[in-house]
Amino acid sequence: MNSAESLIKSIQGLSASPGDLSALHGILKKAEDSLRNNWDVQLATLEELDPSIHSLGYLYLLEGLTRGSVSKGKTSGVVLLMARFINRCDAGQIRLASEKFVTLCKRFKDRVLELEDPLRGVAPLVSAVRKVQVAAKCLTALHPDCLQLCLEAKCYKAGFSILSDDILEVDQPRDFYLYCYYGGMICIGLKRFQKASELLYNVVTAPMYQLNAIALEAYKKYILVNLIHSGQVILCLYFTKPYYEVGNRYNDGKNYELEAVVVAHSSDFEKDNNLGLVKQAVASLYKRNILRLTQKYLTLSLQDIANMVQLANAKEAETHVLQMIQDGQIHALINQKDGMVRFLEDPEQYKTSEMIEVMDSVIQRTIGLSKNLIAMDESLSCDPLYLGKVGRERQKFDFGDDFDTVPQKFSM
Amino acid sequence: MERDEESSGPMMEMCTNGGGEETSNRRPIISGEPLDIEAYASLYKGRTKIMRLLFIASHCGGNQTMQLEALRMAYDEIKKGENTQLFRDVVNRINGRLGDKYKMDSAWCESVDRRAEQKKGRLENELSSYRVMKYVVLFMCCLVCLHRSFLVNHYLDNETNLIKESIRMGHNDFGDFYYACGLLSDAFKNYVRTRDYCTTAKHIIHMCMNAILVSIEMGQFTHVSSYVNKAEQNPETLDPIVAAKLRCASGLAHLELKKYKLAARKFLDVSPELGNSYNEVIAPQDAKVIDNINFRDFLELVPEVRELINDFYSSRYASCLEYLGSLRANLLLDIHLHDHVDTLYDQIRKKALIQYTLPFVSVDLSRMADAFKTSVSGLEKELEALITDNQIQARIDSHNKILYARHADQRNATFQKVLQMGNEFDRDVRSMMLRANLLKHEYHARAGRNH
Repeated sequence: MNSAESLIKSIQGLSASPGDLSALHGILKKAEDSLRNNWDVQLATLEELDPSIHSLGYLYLLEGLTRGSVSKGKTSGVVLLMARFINRCDAGQIRLASEKFVTLCKRFKDRVLELEDPLRGVAPLVSAVRKVQVAAKCLTALHPDCLQLCLEAKCYKAGFSILSDDILEVDQPRDFYLYCYYGGMICIGLKRFQKASELLYNVVTAPMYQLNAIALEAYKKYILVNLIHSGQVILCLYFTKPYYEVGNRYNDGKNYELEAVVVAHSSDFEKDNNLGLVKQAVASLYKRNILRLTQKYLTLSLQDIANMVQLANAKEAETHVLQMIQDGQIHALINQKDGMVRFLEDPEQYKTSEMIEVMDSVIQRTIGLSKNLIAMDESLSCDPLYLGKVGRERQKFDFGDDFDTVPQKFSM
Repeated sequence: MERDEESSGPMMEMCTNGGGEETSNRRPIISGEPLDIEAYASLYKGRTKIMRLLFIASHCGGNQTMQLEALRMAYDEIKKGENTQLFRDVVNRINGRLGDKYKMDSAWCESVDRRAEQKKGRLENELSSYRVMKYVVLFMCCLVCLHRSFLVNHYLDNETNLIKESIRMGHNDFGDFYYACGLLSDAFKNYVRTRDYCTTAKHIIHMCMNAILVSIEMGQFTHVSSYVNKAEQNPETLDPIVAAKLRCASGLAHLELKKYKLAARKFLDVSPELGNSYNEVIAPQDAKVIDNINFRDFLELVPEVRELINDFYSSRYASCLEYLGSLRANLLLDIHLHDHVDTLYDQIRKKALIQYTLPFVSVDLSRMADAFKTSVSGLEKELEALITDNQIQARIDSHNKILYARHADQRNATFQKVLQMGNEFDRDVRSMMLRANLLKHEYHARAGRNH
């Protein structure tokens, strides 16, 4: 197989510098078709290449290899190969052919899911995401896949590490929706309801021309997450009727009514896989009610708390209050001898140096964001498409000679 | 056809009927004892009297003698008038309990009905004839204009005015007639029609007054307010009685619409001679109100209520609330206040509670409960509701049963707000940028497709 050997030689030879790489890239593209059908050859040739040095070549070969359907037995081996490659490949080379890489990774994910062992895929995909990302604020096509795997594997922490980046630039809306949706679910799993709420909010408010199924699901979760997190009820659309009722009952503050509604609609919730979330919402109602009590009372007996919040007995009330104190939601002291709880004011005096650091970081962040915003604005005003559109509209208003007429079309 | 001066007679009488308040200095009986119906009824005249009596009858709550008494008086009143509908109603209610004298007097009914028909026919004829005349006059006016003869024009103007006047009178009569028969909506319609034909301010006022009366009877208080406004805008100085009546009417309107504060203000402006069943609404008002001198004269008339208000402001809440309790039974029978008694009482009580807690840093709940004559737990619940509504700034120490005043720490609150705002900004800006990005992408995608 001369072409194969020559290919390998060129790969090995040209993987050193960026100039060579682009040449190599060209060669590989041309050779792609001829290599397509040669399975065994490719496997052998792969052995001769080192993923970390010859990443680009390896990528092409591997991609060609995995293109067809693979039988069950070989899948595991292929998966291993791919995992190793992804872990070791060189980011710079990969970026030259990022679509190929993305396709490869997607296939990898599918295989892993077929094997029903998502955990194997988590680490490679996380590293893959890092490598494909041009800058920390860009969303790649791999993000949602990675998050999906993490969800399947219930490996939330890994997923969360990806989520901690601020995403500011998005190429594909669908990727973005999926990213936010899965991200929201991961945050829910980690019980970080604030972040979940933000992510789901982004999906729900994203501009889209037709109603998206992803957005709908996200919306349902968003309602529930908001209930848990801040007790606010969001205005609900018609086709989320059971959620609307849940929201209403929550607002009334009566637990048994809320539970009745939940039981009534439990089939709907199960269909959407939201039953667990709904149950959490119900549990949070107790907390909300106790929180309200702190506003009104200075000291209250545990029995009274149990009565007012409709808990079964004082012991349960104590557990709830204890939990809330640990979570930092309320500040209180429990006097077990009398069975009294004494509510305290928030002891935060905003005088400590830690607090100053927190404020400082918030300020820095805000400044950074503003800079971003200005940069975005500038880039947009130089965008030819935008100017073309504005120019067209301006002509309608006919300002006369004040403005130069903008040409209708920019030749691109 | 009656002229202005004569017709104002029945009109004025209607005014007093509708307003229903005595202009004399007779002291109204509002006390803790069961209402003396005769004395109460003698305060009112005409239609209001009937309505009030009927109201008492239906709300007596099983007090048979009172009910029968009220119905009997209603019957007598109605017979004096021409309202057969009400008559039938009352007879049904009496149900033969008062003896033979009060049975259904069908002969009387029929005669009244017949008379009513005749009168109606007559009025209609008159009205239509005026209308015809009006068209004739208008036609002549047009001719004159064509010929530009000014004297003739002037003469025709006068004629037009006379015609207008007649039509207005006609409508008015119609209105009165319907009112007497109890067909209120028709009466109202006719009064409103006179508006088109009003030439002087006085007419306008008359029209407004009539409209107001009928509206009050019908319970449409939005109309009342609008007509009152209309009348007040009139630049001519108003006769004090009329002015007072206007304020009374607007006060009633506001009462119905639950704007108690506005109602109270209006009532205050009313001169003291007018009826004072409205002074209970003063209680939710500001303390400064009580210093109003007019009001003080006013209070001379009603010693119990004065006692009440004094108590309120010297913080003797227990006795104050006692008075309120005793007055309650009688107030329930008052046709206008009926629906609002509960709400007013509630508000008075709440205001008392709030006032009590204002000057203290800490208040012992048991002493407060004594002052307000409730149990400690009941008091706790009431206070809780008030705190939730943010009307009292305090917290309850349930263990020791003390109420502590609580002052928000401004500095901390500011810091908290700042941090929160920072977070919100952060989140919002990021979302915005993402959305802008998405839009840009969409736009590019579309442009790409177009090219």
